[in-house]
Amino acid sequence: MSEPRAITSESRPIVAPKARLRWDARTSRHLLLYPERGLILNPTAADVIQLCTGEHTVGEIVERLAAKYAQEPRETVEREVLTFLANMADRGLIHERHD
Amino acid sequence: MTEEPRPYTLVAELTYRCPLRCVYCSNPLDWARHGDALGTDDWLRVFREAEELGVVQLNLTGGEPLLRDDLERLVEGARALDLYTNLITSGVPLTRDRLARLKALGLDNVQVSIQDVTAAGSERISGHRSFERKLEVARWVKGLGMPLTVNVVLHRENLDHVADVIALAESLAADRLELANTQYLGWALTNRRMLLPTREQLDAAREVARQARRRLRGRMEVLFVTPDYYADVPKACMDGWGRRFLVVTPDGLVLPCHAAHTLPGLTFDNARERSLGDIWRESAGFRAFRGEAWMPEPCRSCERRTLDFGGCRCQAYHLTGDASATDPACSLAPTHALIEAARGEAQAPRTEVVYRAAHAADGV
Repeated sequence: MSEPRAITSESRPIVAPKARLRWDARTSRHLLLYPERGLILNPTAADVIQLCTGEHTVGEIVERLAAKYAQEPRETVEREVLTFLANMADRGLIHERHD
Repeated sequence: MTEEPRPYTLVAELTYRCPLRCVYCSNPLDWARHGDALGTDDWLRVFREAEELGVVQLNLTGGEPLLRDDLERLVEGARALDLYTNLITSGVPLTRDRLARLKALGLDNVQVSIQDVTAAGSERISGHRSFERKLEVARWVKGLGMPLTVNVVLHRENLDHVADVIALAESLAADRLELANTQYLGWALTNRRMLLPTREQLDAAREVARQARRRLRGRMEVLFVTPDYYADVPKACMDGWGRRFLVVTPDGLVLPCHAAHTLPGLTFDNARERSLGDIWRESAGFRAFRGEAWMPEPCRSCERRTLDFGGCRCQAYHLTGDASATDPACSLAPTHALIEAARGEAQAPRTEVVYRAAHAADGV
């Protein structure tokens, strides 16, 4: 197994096989479920996870989010996306796509 | 404390039957008296009612859940409800074809138990020759592209092997490694003199696990569960009674934890007779230790009561005879001397083991 690399704007993150997203009607939030645990995602986090398909670079994900949340400065969006993805990678919930 | 209790996890004990006879099995001592009374349709209804209550995680466990020949239908039904489904198994009665079928039907994760890092050590604990088989099953899981959890119950005889356990889990490319120290209830309480480690063993193993967790971050989740006997504060057993977990036994009892039916004086309802929603909200057994009204001192005025919820009710009963006593694992408990005395036994020489009964005739 290779060392996980740091998430950069060129990374193409993909949700790990152990994690699965589902809608939770009780909280009106997405849950990211994995063995024995789950995270309640806020709407922005859910947007990011839904774009972690291995097709989009982090840079592209930031662009999409910045367009959707146009009231936020782009730098803020970028910093928050990178922080969130680094946290998800530490938990093994996203990986970089391996070609 | 106004937060509404919501079950997130259903622990479905599909059968108590199992090819292994582990000396720390958490099934009840009289397991053989409880048949597999719930049929396929009963379980599918239980899953549906659980999901309606808020459950999103389903643990298919036992005993050995693979001994049910309707497991495929249960996995398919769980997936239709969008439950995250985890098969908790010895691996023994599995074939690669059946695993591939379960994957295709929507099984999300497989948890394989491993008893030790050698065949001889494993056989001594489980009373069954199955070590190589388990490794093969773990490789099938990863070979099919599924996530793998390796669970190892720790005790005096394997705590010194934790570095090798971690290396084994790495070689299997496990996604999650559970290093779960024995909880001394059920068969483990019977075998406590043999199983309870020394503090030195435990501290060394915990440090090995801590370093591995840091090194493997992002690749393998490494969980280390300290035994209550060395914790000094009780654990938040089941995240609190009737707060987050539902357990359904093979004969249909709906419980807040897998050993709750060993507590005398509590009434639990059966899923064949009452809906899960009714039971969760109303049943006397679930209400007995919910919240704080039941708590004695020193729990009642303790600032940790919202963190540990008073600890483990089953441990309180099985050590003190009173299910509503403060968990003796707590250093503030009036009965904490029981725990200190047990720790003293951890220096005792090796003793005879009592294997989980294989048949009703062996029952205790």
